[in-house]
Amino acid sequence: MPTGNRSEGEAPISVSILRQGSYLIASVYAALDDDELGRFQRELIRQIMAFRSRGVIIDVAALDVMDSFGSRSLRDLAHMTRLQGAITVIVGIHPDVAFAMVQLGMDLGNVRTELGLEEGLVLLDDLTGGGRLSPVSRSR
Amino acid sequence: MESPAEQDASTDHEQLLPELVAHLRSSRTQLRQEWANRITGASLLSSMTPQEIFSEATSVYDNYVEVLETGSVEALQHYAQNLSERIIPRGVETHEVVGIVLLLRDVLARSLFEKYHSDFALLNRILDAYEPAANRIANTVSVSFVQERERVIRQQQDSIRELSTPVLQVRERLLILPIIGVLDAQRARQLTEQLLSGIRAHRAKVVVVDITGVPDVDVSVANHLVQTVDASRLMGAGVIITGLSSKIAQTLVRIGVDLSKVNTVGDLQGGIEEAERLLGFTVRRAADADRQQE
Repeated sequence: MPTGNRSEGEAPISVSILRQGSYLIASVYAALDDDELGRFQRELIRQIMAFRSRGVIIDVAALDVMDSFGSRSLRDLAHMTRLQGAITVIVGIHPDVAFAMVQLGMDLGNVRTELGLEEGLVLLDDLTGGGRLSPVSRSR
Repeated sequence: MESPAEQDASTDHEQLLPELVAHLRSSRTQLRQEWANRITGASLLSSMTPQEIFSEATSVYDNYVEVLETGSVEALQHYAQNLSERIIPRGVETHEVVGIVLLLRDVLARSLFEKYHSDFALLNRILDAYEPAANRIANTVSVSFVQERERVIRQQQDSIRELSTPVLQVRERLLILPIIGVLDAQRARQLTEQLLSGIRAHRAKVVVVDITGVPDVDVSVANHLVQTVDASRLMGAGVIITGLSSKIAQTLVRIGVDLSKVNTVGDLQGGIEEAERLLGFTVRRAADADRQQE
């Protein structure tokens, strides 16, 4: 599906990628079309390489629909980041979305999911052995 | 368009019914008593006292005669509904209600036999007038009773549905959902909704769903349960199912559920212990903890 703003070349996509210590936090705040999903994947991979991130959180709390292409893309993205040494956690899946995904047989495979950003960060800390470089959290 | 014969019949009824009614009115006391005796004799309405039976019998009798007289079942319908409301909570069964109405029909028919047995042709005409009316009355009372029962059942179903799936927090991030009673498709949907929104509201990590009180589930509900477990995982919460009956276990195996994805523990206690383990809680007796400190 061609998108309306394609003529502008690289139009901004509805995802903000923030850097938090050695993690990247990507908040999706509007439904992405197929083209935007591809660009999001490339951008995220680029930043993981650039910042040598060890964990990625993708926050999809704003999405009230998730189609099969979207969930497959997320799963692929998680596998790609894994190959680059960053663990991906998907957070904020809405209850209705979660049940619809299961009913339609969309599978995120063994990708980790958490309720919210906070839980996602705790899980990443567990999995990466405390990725944040702050000495305070280290000493605890 | 009525045929002459039918017209004759209906005028005949109109003439005979008043006579019939007059007879039933005049022998009211005796017939009513006989009816009440036969009700007790057939051990119907065993949950009611003889006095109650007698007073209800009186009202039914009067209503009955009134229907014969006016041909309108409206008042009787109203009374039957009212009566049903009163006797259903006391455990009166359908066969008892149908039984007593048929008994009254028989008692009255017998008394008509007795009165008109000398004139067979007249008796026949009287019965022609009496029987349709009597059958309509029996019908009305039984239908009212069954309708009332169905209304009560519907009401109870609604109230069960309302209070059926509580979501309880027992520890930080640990919820339990005790489920009691039959789990049909609608309740299963409600369960999913409550569980998933409960996870969000309480920020739960682990949910123990206790189905000790569920005797059996069909295949679609079993599938629904498994899907709910999967959906919970997408929301970052693990689900532990406890108290599976052997029947439910068989159903789950028969539909080929991937059991590696479903965490089940024998009983609720075990489920809560497992959940505490997952959440990193340790529960110790205070005395033991003191001893260890010393």
